[in-house]
This record gives sequence, C-alpha cells and structure tokens, in this order.
Amino acid sequence: MSAPSQNLGAPSSRGFIALKWARIGKVARAIVSTHHRNIGFGYLTISTIAVILGTLLSWAMRVHLSWPDWQLPLHGPILPEEYLALVTMHGTLMLFFVLTVAPQSGFGNLILPAQLGARRMAFPRLNAIAMWTTAGALVVLLVAFFVPQGAPISGWTAYPPLSASALAGPGEGLGQDLWLFSLALFCIGGTISAVNLLTTIVKLRCDGMTWPRVPLTVWGWLTAALLSVMAFSVLLAALLLLFCDRHLGSSFFLPRGDFINSVLLPHRGSGSPLLWLHLFWFFGHPEVYIAILPGMGLTSMVIGNFAHRRVFAYRLMIVTTLLIGFLGILVWGHHMFVAGMNPFAGTAFAAASMAIAIPATAKVLSWIATAWRSRPSLTTPMLFALGFVSLFIAGGLTGPILAQPILDEYLHNTFFVVAHFHLIMAMAGIFGLYCATYYWFPLLAHGRILSERLGKWHFWLTLILAYTTFLPMYLGGLAGEPRHYSRLTGLNAPAQALLGSTQMIQLHITGAGIALGLAQLLFFINLILTLRSPRRAGPNPWFATTMEWAPHTFDEPTEPSKDLPALATFRGPCHYSEDGASFLPQWEPPPQQPASEGE
Amino acid sequence: MPSTQAIPAALRFWHLPVDAAKHGHALDAQLLLNLWIALALVALAHVLLFGTLASRRRTHRPVHKFTLEYLPLAAFAALFIFLSVRAHSLWAMQRYVGAAPDALQVEVTGMQFAWYFRYPGADETFGRTQPQLVSPAEGNPVGIDPNDTHGKDDIVRSQLVLPAGREVDLTLRAIDVIHGFSVPEMRLKQNAVPGQTQHLHFTPQTPGDYAILCTQVCGLGHYRMQALLRVLPAAQFDAWLHQQEQQAAQQPGDPQ
Repeated sequence: MSAPSQNLGAPSSRGFIALKWARIGKVARAIVSTHHRNIGFGYLTISTIAVILGTLLSWAMRVHLSWPDWQLPLHGPILPEEYLALVTMHGTLMLFFVLTVAPQSGFGNLILPAQLGARRMAFPRLNAIAMWTTAGALVVLLVAFFVPQGAPISGWTAYPPLSASALAGPGEGLGQDLWLFSLALFCIGGTISAVNLLTTIVKLRCDGMTWPRVPLTVWGWLTAALLSVMAFSVLLAALLLLFCDRHLGSSFFLPRGDFINSVLLPHRGSGSPLLWLHLFWFFGHPEVYIAILPGMGLTSMVIGNFAHRRVFAYRLMIVTTLLIGFLGILVWGHHMFVAGMNPFAGTAFAAASMAIAIPATAKVLSWIATAWRSRPSLTTPMLFALGFVSLFIAGGLTGPILAQPILDEYLHNTFFVVAHFHLIMAMAGIFGLYCATYYWFPLLAHGRILSERLGKWHFWLTLILAYTTFLPMYLGGLAGEPRHYSRLTGLNAPAQALLGSTQMIQLHITGAGIALGLAQLLFFINLILTLRSPRRAGPNPWFATTMEWAPHTFDEPTEPSKDLPALATFRGPCHYSEDGASFLPQWEPPPQQPASEGE
Repeated sequence: MPSTQAIPAALRFWHLPVDAAKHGHALDAQLLLNLWIALALVALAHVLLFGTLASRRRTHRPVHKFTLEYLPLAAFAALFIFLSVRAHSLWAMQRYVGAAPDALQVEVTGMQFAWYFRYPGADETFGRTQPQLVSPAEGNPVGIDPNDTHGKDDIVRSQLVLPAGREVDLTLRAIDVIHGFSVPEMRLKQNAVPGQTQHLHFTPQTPGDYAILCTQVCGLGHYRMQALLRVLPAAQFDAWLHQQEQQAAQQPGDPQ
C-alpha cells in the first residue's frame, strides 16, 4: 500500500511521469521481491482469491441442489455436468489453493523465519519462483471454466477412466488437461516451497534454538513440509502418467477393452484404474495432514499463550506431530475399502488408520489440559484456537468410524464423509487460519490489532453457522444420501422414497451455508476498518513468548544488512509464572548468571 | 449394546433406512455403537471446553504428569482396539470368504448411466462377453458374444430381482468408467471397476422394492444412474425366473 501522493501545486508533465514511474517501480519491486514477507503476502493473496471463488461455487451448488430449476444469473439453469464441474473446481480450489497454500506457504513465509530467529528463508529466489508457479497454477485452473465444454467433471480425485478420455463426458477434454497442467505446476511449486521450508528450519535456527525449544507451530510446518515433498512428487508422477494415457496412447490406468460412449479405446497394454487410486491417495491422505498440521501446531502455541502456561506434555506433542505425519503416509488405502482393493489390505489400512486416532487424542488431551482451569484471556485468537479444538473433535471422532471397512460399506461416498472432512479439514483448517490472522495481525500490519469486538462476533457466528451447516450432513449421510448428485428429484420410486427424507436437511444446509459465507463479511469489514485506523498496540500485545514477537523484528528493513544484532534464544516457549502474571520470552537473556536449561 | 429396536423413537435422531439384508443388523449395531460413543465423547469434550471458558479460578497444573498423559491415552487406545476388532470380525465374515457354492449367481454391469443384471439361465453358466459388442440399442447391453453357446440362455434385465432368504453372489463389472454399486437398504457398497471383476455376496431378507444407486461419480448422468432391486418371496422368485427363462428362449438377450 503506497501512501497517497500529494498534489503540490501543478507539477509539470515530467513530474507526473516521474511520479508514475516511481509508483510502478515500487509495485514492480514488490512483485519481483524475493523477501519472504512479500512472498507470504503473495501466497495469502492467492488463497484469498481462491477462497472467495470456492465459496461462490459452493453457493451455486447449494442453491441448485435445493432448487434444481433455479437460473444462475447471466448463465441460466445449472446442467448436471455443470454441477459436477462446480464440485470439481470447489474441491480443487479449496484443498490446494486455500488449505495447502495459506497455512503452509502463506503463514510459513510470513512467520516461520522470525519464529526461528532467522531473518530470511534459505532460498529466497526459489521461494519467489515457487510462489509465482503457484499463482500460475491458479490462473491455469481458472481458465478451465472458459474453454469449450467447460471445467472437468471428475471431482478433485479425477478417477480414470472418467478423467482419462474426452469421450467420457463434457469437461473431460481441454478442461481436464488444464486441470492436470494446473496441478502439475502446483506440485512443482509446492515441492520447491517445502524444500525451502525444510532447509530453513534445519539450517537457519538462531543460536540457542535447539530442537526441544522449537515452537510446536514450527514442528507442524516441518512435518507438513516433509509430507509435501513425498506427496507432491508422487502426485506429479501420477499426473504425468495420466497425461500419457490421455494423449500418448499408453494405458497405465486404462484396462484393455475399455468401451466408452460406444467407442473402444485404442490403447495398448492393460493397466488398472486402481493404480491411479493408489497413487492419488498416497498423495491425497498426506495432503489433508499438510492442510491441518500447521493449524494444530498453532493451536497448541496459542492456547499456551493465552492460558499463560507451558503447553502440557510438550515433548509428547512433538512426538505426536511427527507420528501423525508418519502414520499419514501409511493409511491411503482407507479411501479404497470398497474400491476393489483386496479385503485383507482393507484390514491392514484400517488398523493403521485407527492408530492415528491415538496421537490425535493425545493432542486433544494436551489442549484441554493446557487450558483447563487456567483462567485464560479469551481473546479472539484464543477463541479461534478453542474453536479449532471443538471442530477437530466433532469432525475427528467420525474418523475412526470411517476407518472401519465394514461401516464404509454403508457410509462411503455419502454425505457422512462430506460432513467429516468439512468439519475436520475445511472448518478446522479455516479456524486455524483465522487464529493465525487474528494472532499475528499486529506483526503483519505494523502493530494494529483487529477489533476484538467484531472479532468475537465473527468467531461465534462462524462457529455456530459452521456446525449448523455441516453437522446435518452427518444425518443426510446416515439416511443414505450419496455425494455428487446434482439433484435429488426425479429419481426412481424407491430412490425417491429413500432420499426424499433428506430434502429438508439439504434445504437447511443451503440456508446455513449461505449465512456462513455472509458471516465472513464481518472479518473483511474488521480488516478494512483496522487497516484504516491509526491506532497501534504495543510491541507484544498478547504477552507472547515466541521469537517472532521479539521487539523490532518486524520493523527491520527488508534489505539484508550486516549491522543488525544477532538473535538468540534462551529457553523454550511459554515460560509463564505460576500465577500467569509474568513471563520470560524466548529472546530475553537470563536475569543473572546463565540459568538452567530452558527445557 | 444399542440397536435400532432398543432405542426409543424420540432418541432415534440418526435415521437409518430399513435394514433388509441378513448382515444388516450386525452392521447397524456396530454403526450405532460407534455413533453413541462418538456423541458421548463430543459431549464430554465440550463440557471440558466450556468449563475452560467459564472457569474464573486458576489452579496449579504440572507441565508433565505421567498419569494424565498416558492413562487416558491408554483408555482411548483400548476403546479403539475394541471397536477395530469388532469391525474387523464383521468385515472378515463378509469379505474374507466367498459366497456359498449354491448361491444364486447374478452378474451386475455398470455403464454410463445404467445398470444391467444378467442371470446365467438354465445352463448356470454366463456366456462370454466382448466389449465391442456392447450395444443397449441392439438389445445386447452387456456385449454377449453370440458365438458362445453358454450365452444363448443368459437373461439380461434392467432390474435386479432376487429371492428372499437365499444368498446371492454378485459379479460386478464396468464397461466404461468406475461405477459404485450401492444398495443402502441392503447395507451394500462396492465399486465396479473396468478391467476387473468384483464379487459381493449377501442375503436379502425382507421382500420389497429397494433403490440401487451409483455412488462413484461417473459422468453427467451420475445422479440418475439408478435401478430397482425387487426382493420376492422364494416361490414367487422361482416363478419369475422360470417365466424369464421361457421369454429368453423366445427372444434372447432382450433386456426389460
């Protein structure tokens, strides 16, 4: 944001041009900047565009589902293939460009170096390349809406043969190719960004920032980055193989004699669609942990901050973060219990999936134990952290249910699953992002604090509406309602009898979902009002203990300089006194002689 | 152990459709047990969370405490193991073994956007199929090869008719893309995948008409890819099958 230029008298035309160039130069410098803060804001811009578009798409889906003959303004009625295109693009935008980009790359760049006591990321140029690759991926994805036959209809999971041949339906031609290209770019950007993050965490921690003193947020970023490197490389390979099947006549994912739309596909060899499912979910399940692990780390630190206590069982929290990441790469088969996989493999994947419930439970216990009877300061970031815990529980406890293959025989691909991942991944993920925004806003906006009053309204409305929207989806799923149905009317008699009961639920969800989206306007209003206000808080308004809050860290110039003082860490995070009234931040040297080890 | 019957109607806010298959009761019991446990844990956790919000007193709490760290965790681990073992035994019962040799054989074929059901006819053997022969318009929706004599008496129908009380062995196939074969009232779901055959066996118990849905997104007509499952009392089914076999002898392969 450049300061408004002042018109002093009547400058010459040369003056105007100089001013114009200066302003263009400033924008251009920010664009080509390799400073992690500019890159972080770039990532958040990508996510903001994606989350607004993704929400609008979901509204169109909801309204169509409740009133199938509704005419979308400037468009007309939504056709079944257009509904599926909305589903695909909503999922792709939200999962990749919001839930992966914002917590990991956005806040990772904005906060991670400062939290380590570093002044930069390890590879600034690669970092900028990764961000622009991701931005390019978003543009390519959105172009898919405007090509003949529109966006792909195969869902964000793009199961072949539906996604492997233009014969399979509208959107499966150029639209699906653009989707593949977009995600390939995203994988490249995501992998580069993860390597940068990992190197930064391993190499650039300041003096005294030993592993046990590293904040749990960083442990979350670290684990998510490790998962990203593995998951995105596998997805990239899978995307390339699918591209070969589509255009080069190979058949990695196509069986011999596949007969689509009265045409026998002329592919050589005989592959299996199940191979795609394996590769995709090998990426896809770690992906959901990539989306949620940074939020879990932040929740721990924020609860510790506002409860004015050490995080309960800190070492166990580090171990469980790593364990969730490790188990996360062993459970992809639980998406495939009824997909044609060997039933013995189903049992093995079920056991591994159930095992994740144990480190996840340990996290919930620590969050509750940290906050319990602490008389916490109920600031907006603390409320969002507690909201994260609530949604994590309400969405997470159905995880073990879906991890039982026999129950998947009934629940797979119903709205029960939709409720599960919207609560645990989408809503908990968004609450993590709001927590991050409210918490770190003073660092990002030159000491301004978002209005607590508006923030609390925003929190309670969002929490209540999130539950009002997504909890009833469990009931729809239990009643047998499948996902991806573009309408629930005009079905055969027994299907109508079965699914008719869910129509009221669906109507309710539509209303609640629209209200949930509208409630987010409160946040944007808060953002604008706060940014326009000149009021500033002190340097460490939350009495936080982690390194990013060290005085002056965020006021330093973005150009590297040798004159800046060296940063050092003297203890683990969250050192509060027994009564919570005083605290020792990580950057504060020990009072007298070198005291005992921080951890 | 809670079951659908044991719970008063007012509390039955998880509305499950009728359960009409032999294995359905055990599955429902496991599902409801899980749901009640999850609900109880959600409630407990929220009591604690609201307690945190409301608490105006601060008490001492150690940073580590072995019992507080690991005892609840051990209890949860035991709970999850208990649920897993129960679920596994049901899964194994259904999926680790095939159908009994005398089970009724029916082949289910999914294609954009219809299901077809083939009965092997008097010779109890399905005829060979060829993908390039698939043509619903010409009365050969599953692509039966006319050169294979086993196929002559095959009966292909667009609804699935089954006898109550007899085990059925379904052979699932897909012609074009992946489809999801699902009968909510029979608590059944299994994808039909092109290039491979899947077996699914179950015993329908209650006569009636049930919905067969596609539960794997398969293209623009996914939402209307339904069929009818009609479960008949055994005697009526035998009469129906006999009639179909006679019809098939007159006009082979014409689906109805």
